[in-house]
Amino acid sequence: MAVADITDMTEAAAQGRGEYRARTRRKIAILVGLSLALCLSFAVDLAWGPARYGLDQVVLALFHPDAVSAQVRTVVWDIRMPVAVMAIVVGAALSVAGAQMQTILANPLASPFTLGISAAASFGAALGIVTTVPLLPVAAGLIVPVNAFIMALAATLFIHFVSQARGVTVQTVVLLGIALVFTFNALLAFVQYLASEQALSQVVFWTMGSLTKATWPKIWITLVVLLVALPLFARNAWALTAIRLGEDKAASFGVNVRYVRLETMLIISLLASVPVSFVGTIGFVGLVGPHIARMILGEDQRFFLPGSVLAGALLLSVTSIVSKSIIPGVVFPIGIITALVGVPFFISLILSNVRRSW
Amino acid sequence: MVALELDGVGARYGKRLVVSEVSTPTITAGEIVAVIGPNAAGKSTLFKRVAGLLSGPGEVRLSQSSKGKNSISYMPQDTSANAVLTVYESILLARKQGSAWSVADDDLTLIDHVMTALNITEIAFRDLGALSGGQRQLVSVAQTLVREPDIMLMDEPTSALDLHRQVEVLSFMQAQARQKGMIVLIAIHDLNQALRFADKVLLIADGKMRACGDPLDVINPAMLRDIYGVDARIEKCSRQFDHVIVDGVAA
Repeated sequence: MAVADITDMTEAAAQGRGEYRARTRRKIAILVGLSLALCLSFAVDLAWGPARYGLDQVVLALFHPDAVSAQVRTVVWDIRMPVAVMAIVVGAALSVAGAQMQTILANPLASPFTLGISAAASFGAALGIVTTVPLLPVAAGLIVPVNAFIMALAATLFIHFVSQARGVTVQTVVLLGIALVFTFNALLAFVQYLASEQALSQVVFWTMGSLTKATWPKIWITLVVLLVALPLFARNAWALTAIRLGEDKAASFGVNVRYVRLETMLIISLLASVPVSFVGTIGFVGLVGPHIARMILGEDQRFFLPGSVLAGALLLSVTSIVSKSIIPGVVFPIGIITALVGVPFFISLILSNVRRSW
Repeated sequence: MVALELDGVGARYGKRLVVSEVSTPTITAGEIVAVIGPNAAGKSTLFKRVAGLLSGPGEVRLSQSSKGKNSISYMPQDTSANAVLTVYESILLARKQGSAWSVADDDLTLIDHVMTALNITEIAFRDLGALSGGQRQLVSVAQTLVREPDIMLMDEPTSALDLHRQVEVLSFMQAQARQKGMIVLIAIHDLNQALRFADKVLLIADGKMRACGDPLDVINPAMLRDIYGVDARIEKCSRQFDHVIVDGVAA
């Protein structure tokens, strides 16, 4: 068919519109499905443990606490709830941080873990545990998370400012991140070498990443950061999607690429460093969460953003359940399980849907 | 009616002035201007300057445009993309920049019309990464068109297309310019297409404007020898379009 006049189309044109609307409805259905799966996973996480409850009991404990025994109420609300909620909030935060890192750096390997932010946090935490020297004057109980946060923030900002320099490519930034991982791991080893036996075991446990460190203040802080970040990302949804088409193309669409990158990186620095400073190194969520969302929803940020939130939250929530299920009565550090659960899941997704991967 | 004029325009990368002293007569609505010149002459840089993506001396005068930020749409030369987006989504993306999340039927209708006109409806829901170079170029043309600008800057929009498609797309752009009163600037290496479709030709070499005017005033044997280093003639084809016949490399 020859190139035709734009104003001379009718029926053929409507087909694309119909298909687009159908695909949009399908994506919304997937997001609803992920939300339901997350609710189910959350309920199972509350029910699962040394004492196992039925889902009906959990629902009763959640919505009519007086209708269940004091023991069930205490276990569900005081013991399991902070861990289950922290899993969701941290999973969502790390996944969104990874998603936006991958977006603005145009690199599928970018995540808080691979760019050295988690390693920086581990070093900061180890410094706090071993030397008890705070990087900021804070209460004794907050030395470890605050030190971890400051080091993670410093690493993120370092990556950002280097990435802004002229002539620096996205590949350079990723290599720089890998260099940061090695650097902070070496510093961590140095601190561990100097540590007492007791401090060493604390450092090792911290670096494994564990949700048992969850407390309500930590949950609220992480949640507030997430709730501030999401609307800011949502406001830039079209611009962030356009950046994935390349800097020139995004700029040609009228996107202020430099400004959007700066704003996004600053938000990411908070989003990545806050949860890591509270729960330690949880390595796989920031990488896999966004990839799952991308494969099933594409990269239109209107769907990719909520998809990353839900995929990351679901991944860590399921992992939380698994961490309690391997040996009854023992809760494994979740950082170990994320890799064990995440890697095969990731590989199977890639193999079953290669064309839609990065 | 929209009008464009460049007055002593230059463009900088950092502190380095890459393009300088580009001035044109007033370009009026409906006109197509072919921007020609050897490789690395500064054509793309000039487009980025006109689009506001680079700074530099001189003035880009745009009059009678009411579209503000959206008055100029620039189609970059590099059309490659590995984003996990369908063709349709990527065109919608160009249309919706800076606006709300919701997508109106009017937006989709315009996209459908542009895709139908460019004959790319068959690839509407294919991933961008699965397209050929020519298909990517057509998608890029569609992205530029759906922004409904007053001025389109197209950087080698037909370089990856077969001959048939080149003539189709350039004919289509010419018709669009006339119908909608747009100004279209096209950076192009094919001087025959420039002679056939352009109302004016702007020649750039070594970052400086060498000539700007009627196609046959700019594209002539002397210029072809001086700028391109070839011996060539201009002759008419069977349909009375002017064509460049290259005899060989100039001695």
